[in-house]
Amino acid sequence: MSNAKSKSDLIKAARAEIPEVTPAEFARLTGADRATLIDVREKSEGDAGLLPGAQQIPRGYLELRIEQAVPAHDAPIVLYCQGGTRSLLAGRTLREMGYTNLRSLAGGFDAWKSAGLPVEIPQRLTDAQRARYSRHLLIPEVGEKGQAKLLASRVLLIGAGGLGSPAALYLAAAGVGHLGIVDDDVVDASNLQRQVLHSTERVGMPKTESAKIAIRGLNADVEVIEHRLRLVRDNALELFSKYDVIVDGSDNFGTRYLVNDACVLLKKPNVHGSIFRFDGQATTFVPGGTNPCYRCLFPEPPPPELAPSCQEAGVLGALPGIIGVLQSIETLKLLLGVGEPLVGRLLLYDALEQRFREVKYARDPSCPACGDHPMTALLADYSEAACAVPVR
Amino acid sequence: MAITVKIPAPLRPLTQNLSEVALESAATVGAAVEELSRRYPGLRERLLDDKGGLRRYVNLFRNDQDVRSAGGLEAKLSDGDRLSVVPAIAGGR
Repeated sequence: MSNAKSKSDLIKAARAEIPEVTPAEFARLTGADRATLIDVREKSEGDAGLLPGAQQIPRGYLELRIEQAVPAHDAPIVLYCQGGTRSLLAGRTLREMGYTNLRSLAGGFDAWKSAGLPVEIPQRLTDAQRARYSRHLLIPEVGEKGQAKLLASRVLLIGAGGLGSPAALYLAAAGVGHLGIVDDDVVDASNLQRQVLHSTERVGMPKTESAKIAIRGLNADVEVIEHRLRLVRDNALELFSKYDVIVDGSDNFGTRYLVNDACVLLKKPNVHGSIFRFDGQATTFVPGGTNPCYRCLFPEPPPPELAPSCQEAGVLGALPGIIGVLQSIETLKLLLGVGEPLVGRLLLYDALEQRFREVKYARDPSCPACGDHPMTALLADYSEAACAVPVR
Repeated sequence: MAITVKIPAPLRPLTQNLSEVALESAATVGAAVEELSRRYPGLRERLLDDKGGLRRYVNLFRNDQDVRSAGGLEAKLSDGDRLSVVPAIAGGR
């Protein structure tokens, strides 16, 4: 007797081992019943669309990549392919690997589509992008989907200075597709000790323009939107409304309260960093629920006589590198929807002691911006040009 | 053990450049502030307003929790506690 098995023998055996789920049944599953959905088709087959929430692992890579995608062998998995056969065979392979909670989508993608159920057209990267962002594509939390998300994201940087420089460079390198930069200053020789976006030959050039040159040189995928203006009450809301995340690298209290108030009103995440000599602070404000805002942390700015102006205070050249990069990491996490942002946590960095510490703070129910009874349309007035202006 | 107070850089000119000050004992955050102010003239005005309340641009954290939500100056201190003074800083350039 021959041991040879035909195609139909294999399929029959697989069908006996792997239970099937119809598209209509699967579409009704929610919450904990919702399995991890794996598309085992070839990459190019997915170009016409994937089931919402599906991860594509071509059958040829299944054994190599499944444990990264689904570490728990008893976690529910639904496999699908184009017509419902390859996913059954893939199910047998996973069973051999010890996966116990497997189902196959009956009729596959074709049946799903003809049932009129929704499909997602994936945003595909070009070959050049796949090479450029390959280290991101290797991280499951980013992958092709996350990278496409970054490329479609819009981040507004307040200030192209000490903090804005490293933040902009790393966000651009990471492939955040649209970077708005607000700054009305020109590059000065005294900036170059720390503002790594700019260069000696660009002294005298508007900072937004200098930033654009540096960013385009690093990554032409990134659209740089120059906002060569001073952020004020009258332009903040319109400007912020066009962006997903605001990165505050401003250099005075007036702007910081204005950025906070505008972000609270528009419910935009505000990634905060500030520096003073050898000290840095970083935190993230995500408006909504019980999350605190900048006014909860610091209800009022110090009076000018107690707040040394930036020019007087000085700053260690490499310090904004640390804090600005922390801001870019917070921003990438928010855009990708991964990890724990610094919400309600203020990260303190002391360069002299080379030490990080974290303190916790809570929402103030009486906060005029985000409290239970907020002042209507509160927007800090920022009319003075000084470096350490009090609000109002 | 005593109470350790972390002094931030902007206030160190007032504490002979010490980044950490040890207090023998202080029953409350308010008592700690009084003791600090006695030792380091000028510190009081930075931490407290005219009415003796905690200034709204300086935060005190008892073992990394904001004292504002733990009774403010009334918040109790015990041996070994760490009190951190964290001022608002605005620099970004």
